[in-house]
Amino acid sequence: MKTTDTLGMALFALRGNWLRSILTALGVIIGIAAVIVMVSVGQGTQAELDRIMSTLGSNRLEVFPGGGRGGGVRMAAGSLPSLTTGDMEALRQEIPEIQYITANVRGGGQVVYAEKNWSSSWQGVTEDFFVINDWQLSQGEFFQPRDYSTAAKVVIIGETVRRELFGDGEAVGATVRIAQVPLTVVGVLASKGQTGWGGDADDVVMLPLDTARRRLMGAGSAAPASGTGRPAVMMPTDRVNGITIAVARAEDLGYVEEEATRLLRQRHRIQPGAEDDFAVRNISQMVATRTQTTRLMSLLLGAVATISLVVGGIGIMNIMLVSVTERIKEIGLRMAIGGGPSTVRAQFLAEAMIISLGGGLIGILIGVAGALAVGGFTDLPIALNQNVILLATAFAVATGLFFGYYPASKAARLDPIEALRQ
Amino acid sequence: MTASKPVPIIQVEHLSKIYNAGTPGEVRALDDVTFDIHGGEFMAIMGPSGSGKSTLMNMIGCLDTPTAGRYLCDGVDVATLDAEQRAQLRLSKIGFVFQGFHLLPRMSALENVMLPLVYAGVPRGERAALAEQALAAVGLGERGRHRPSELSGGQQQRVAIARALINSPPILLADEPTGALDSRTGEEILALFKRLRDDGHTVILITHDAHVAEHADRTIHIRDGRLFDPASEVTR
Ligand SMILES: Nc1ncnc2c1ncn2[C@@H]1O[C@H](COP(=O)(O)OP(=O)(O)OP(=O)(O)O)[C@@H](O)[C@H]1O
Ligand SMILES: [Mg+2]
Repeated sequence: MKTTDTLGMALFALRGNWLRSILTALGVIIGIAAVIVMVSVGQGTQAELDRIMSTLGSNRLEVFPGGGRGGGVRMAAGSLPSLTTGDMEALRQEIPEIQYITANVRGGGQVVYAEKNWSSSWQGVTEDFFVINDWQLSQGEFFQPRDYSTAAKVVIIGETVRRELFGDGEAVGATVRIAQVPLTVVGVLASKGQTGWGGDADDVVMLPLDTARRRLMGAGSAAPASGTGRPAVMMPTDRVNGITIAVARAEDLGYVEEEATRLLRQRHRIQPGAEDDFAVRNISQMVATRTQTTRLMSLLLGAVATISLVVGGIGIMNIMLVSVTERIKEIGLRMAIGGGPSTVRAQFLAEAMIISLGGGLIGILIGVAGALAVGGFTDLPIALNQNVILLATAFAVATGLFFGYYPASKAARLDPIEALRQ
Repeated sequence: MTASKPVPIIQVEHLSKIYNAGTPGEVRALDDVTFDIHGGEFMAIMGPSGSGKSTLMNMIGCLDTPTAGRYLCDGVDVATLDAEQRAQLRLSKIGFVFQGFHLLPRMSALENVMLPLVYAGVPRGERAALAEQALAAVGLGERGRHRPSELSGGQQQRVAIARALINSPPILLADEPTGALDSRTGEEILALFKRLRDDGHTVILITHDAHVAEHADRTIHIRDGRLFDPASEVTR
């Protein structure tokens, strides 16, 4: 018997009860749609994670001010200093495994050039910053050591800022103003494109740490003062928003993390048993925290997919068993005129497969639409490719085969004379 | 029986079929039945209702298995075949006209008649023409598009006959094939069977009607599952 005839017969049988066939496929439709969304979100997250790890490297530690949980909510009230340039220097001195270390202060405001202005965030950084973050320049030069020590009025701008302020004009050598402070552009950063979190990595302004602290932060646009409305009265002038550490060898990361924690607790005079007033994180931990939501969603969708596919499969099995019972005379007749067990099995298996594959195709369409919607309405990264669709198709085929096999075999095992007598 | 004689196409040896064996409802539908049918014979099996005729036909058609005894179809002991091989044997050797017709209700008459061709692997394009030919042979040329439920009992019976003939099977098993037909149409069908016999087919006709059995070359009689000779009125 030809395959086209087997399929033709199966389609003919399903058409006779098309509403029932569609309802039976519903479980598979939902299950496959969930598989598509789940896998595309999972893959997107994995790709994002890989990208972050490769751009930022796995040999970095970030030190934040404020306790572990809840970030700096309590600290942000400005009561306690947490991280200082002194901390950075101590870390550099005490822990030889540290290859590079940089501290930063952050703020935001209008960057003004001639009649143009652009709202951006700025960072005051120390020398190692550009090495740790692998920033290259497309024009100009990095800051000179003297710029750092003298709080020189110089600035390096990102590509987005350059484009917005200068367009086709020359940026290096020009003077821009932030909070009325004139700053000379000495360099333009090479474009990095998207950040790991989907922001614009090129919308940045860099200054020497002391320039930012002394010349901009007094002006009230700096991060620590902006929230409270109280300028840095209670804040020592060497306070920083964060410290970034790079170790030469990734194996040392755990040791350096411990040492840094110990040293900072000691410097901050934290009693044993009391909570840290800072947090040391390595990048993989940060990524892990960030991807927890995604993972949870994947898990949930995975559960939905599994349950739907199993329920859908059982639905197919149930309907096929009903169908075998209903059509027992037909099966007997087909056997009498020469249909062997294998052709009868093939026919019923084909019916189950058409239900599950048909449901699978509809599920793929819905799933792709759903994944695109997730990508559009949330900031979750999604990755749709033919692998996702192949996987979903494989799930649909497996469901049809697994749950269709028993009813088909039951039909094939019927005794023709018993079947005809019904 | 000499060695030079051809092997009978159907050899039934001491065949018995007992339903519900060992229970109070035990029925001996066939009891030690032995006979041969040779290729190209037109033979009638005659007996009253409940005598075991349909049971015997199912046995000869390799649909059912005997409780005891042996049945050789074209020299092959059917008991040695598995379900797949028996189906293959039915496909290649046997055409059935069932007492209850057994037409598929969702298919047109033409599609019902075509069905054996699907299993025989006849190309799609050739099936309709063959089916129309078979329907014409039983006098139902214009009724191909109708479903069984739209046909009279006699017309349904003729569709069943056309389906049995379509593969041109070497052995035609017809269970009361004229039961629902008027005498004229019945005669036409019997004439068709004779033509098939003349073309070398073996035709086995099952009936309770002596007038119908008269058309056959030879008749065996069955009563209560046993063969007997009506001339002597002694159970063999
Ligand atoms: N599946 C069965 N279970 C029990 N008894 C059966 C079964 N099939 C047939 N019989 C019995 O076997 C006997 C022979 O039945 P069979 O159908 O062969 O008769 P028949 O000669 O074809 O009769 P009719 O002319 O009415 O068709 C009957 O007594 C019947 O009741
Ligand atoms: Mg009968």
